[in-house]
Amino acid sequence: MSAEQASIASVTDRVRPVAIGAPVTSAYFLKDRAAFVCGEEKVALVSQDGEIDNIEVHSGGILSAVSDGERIVMGGDNGKVVALDAKGEVTLLATDPKRRWIDNVAVHPDGTIAWSAGKTAYVKAPKGEEKSLEVLSTVGGLAFAPKGLRLAIAHYNGATLWFPNMAATAEFLPWAGSHLAVTFSPDNKFLVTSMHEAALHGWRLADNRHMRMTGYPGRVKSMSWSADGKFLATSGADTVIMWPFASKDGPMGKEPAMLAPLQARVTAVACHPKQGVLAAGYSDGTILMVRLEDGAEILVRRNGTPEVSALAWNAKGTWLAFADAEGNAGLLEL
Amino acid sequence: MAETTSEKIPVTVLTGYLGAGKTTLLNRILSENHGKKYAVIVNEFGEIGIDNDLIIGADEEVFEMNNGCICCTVRGDLVRIMEGLMKRRGKFDAIIVETTGLADPAPVAQTFFVDEDVQKNARLDAVVTVADAKWLSDRLKDAPEAKNQIAFADVIVLNKTDLVSKGELSEVEARIRGINPYAKLHRTERCKVQLSDVLERGAFDLDRILDIEPDFLEVDDHDHDHDHDHHHHHHHDHDHGHGLKHYHDEEMQSLSLKSERPLDPALFMPWLQNLVQAEGQKILRSKGILAFSGDDDRYVFQGVHMMLEGDHQRKWKDGEKRESRVVFIGRELPEEKIRAGFEACIVEK
Repeated sequence: MSAEQASIASVTDRVRPVAIGAPVTSAYFLKDRAAFVCGEEKVALVSQDGEIDNIEVHSGGILSAVSDGERIVMGGDNGKVVALDAKGEVTLLATDPKRRWIDNVAVHPDGTIAWSAGKTAYVKAPKGEEKSLEVLSTVGGLAFAPKGLRLAIAHYNGATLWFPNMAATAEFLPWAGSHLAVTFSPDNKFLVTSMHEAALHGWRLADNRHMRMTGYPGRVKSMSWSADGKFLATSGADTVIMWPFASKDGPMGKEPAMLAPLQARVTAVACHPKQGVLAAGYSDGTILMVRLEDGAEILVRRNGTPEVSALAWNAKGTWLAFADAEGNAGLLEL
Repeated sequence: MAETTSEKIPVTVLTGYLGAGKTTLLNRILSENHGKKYAVIVNEFGEIGIDNDLIIGADEEVFEMNNGCICCTVRGDLVRIMEGLMKRRGKFDAIIVETTGLADPAPVAQTFFVDEDVQKNARLDAVVTVADAKWLSDRLKDAPEAKNQIAFADVIVLNKTDLVSKGELSEVEARIRGINPYAKLHRTERCKVQLSDVLERGAFDLDRILDIEPDFLEVDDHDHDHDHDHHHHHHHDHDHGHGLKHYHDEEMQSLSLKSERPLDPALFMPWLQNLVQAEGQKILRSKGILAFSGDDDRYVFQGVHMMLEGDHQRKWKDGEKRESRVVFIGRELPEEKIRAGFEACIVEK
């Protein structure tokens, strides 16, 4: 324990530890249960009193996962796209005919799903036909826009915006380099990608103006929009980097806010769904809850533990779930 | 990260011109009863005759890093595949990356040095090049990729030796040596090699840069022990009188530097950095064992194009000759400039 950490408020004794027994790569909530997605084969559904229900979802590695709160959609290295619902039922949604890796998945509020294998992105509405679009290079990330059925596809040298239900050609937003993850701002005005270089890139969608967000010591692997949509919180530095998106210019010409500095790299961020609070996990195992307004911190997990790999809030924001790369997880009721 | 080399998963890069026998070697590696599990990254599905869950198709997507440096190209698909594979750690012991016949090995190698996450989890073990004894000489003339693959190799499997005469074999070996005298060379039929000759070589492991002597073959039935330290600059072939021709490739060469007097680290390190910055496109591989003045440790380094890594390796042993040796393999190396630069780093008596 550092002196700095010892002096801050702590809720570590209120955390219910959960042993998942396998490395966890992401976490979600399905109704009242926390769902810990493992690196391969299974998802552990954990009730609020710590009861674990292990569900086999894939026969191999789970390469991608996303959730809309109703179900978790996952892509595997067996070429399958599956969904797990709150009851623990697994549904096969799609199979790649060549059994290629399903590198990315996305889910739309209307139930439409998207996935990618190699250079091809696929979209399938609940009762619709499967549609596909091939982009310039392997897809790095997928995200549905908050409005309309529009899919952003990140790839090498830019991103492609595709309206799967329209005949028009997809729009290409160029920017040199490899784009690995993508997210829309909640107000649908900005598109942000995380690059292979330690940087983010953004486009203002009204005029495709570029926004370069650089200065990270490491690659950004976790991004989360604040509840009010005014900030994008990111990992990749030894502090949580918060890019301002409140004005019409987004972060253009502005410095990011920096919260919760530690002597360790931020590895996961998750903004509270209702309030101006976020949870941040670090490479030394520390987890902090941070108030955006003044940077006040509360300690959730101590340092000296394995690197934090997953953080999730339930929809109401009354529970926080976390997990690390060695399969140690925890639940905290607020 | 405090991970040591041994915890990182070894990666063997398998190159070779079309039809040389890469798939044969791969099938041999996978089918042998070695008790190990390999994750294999291939370009063409269906060529491998072994059931293995961990065969991954790759797209050979070569990405430039945004700094605009051509030497910092990486294989973007490998970065992604490595990330996926790391979710299944424990399901395999080593990784083999097969490249297409036309691929440049450098972006593959550089991926393992440039990318932070890849570097954390995996280490490049060796570049193994399969060459066709019958056709290599021709390919070296008309296919720059073939030359690149020979120059880049740590291990060369000279395959299909049963299809050529003794004379043709020494001819092709001499041509290989004209480009890369340092790789371990194995003559094979149907890629029949000991797995230990191609796997777990530690060719990029600084602790295992034990010696960088040229690897010379025993030709016919007699060992020839003449001095190979000199380098030939003749632009025509000449014969040493025992059947082994020495070729000097016009374009791709190796350059060996040696000093029995110590080097000044304050001069040498900046010189080396500047050299690979300026000439990194030409320099494919570099290696060195260095004796610095006022330093009781052996210093070793190795590099791929502009990327260098170096470290104090160990104490010089009592009675060990404190000699510095540096080797560059590359195309159109500015030999005089490199020699003069190296000489200038030697401490005067």
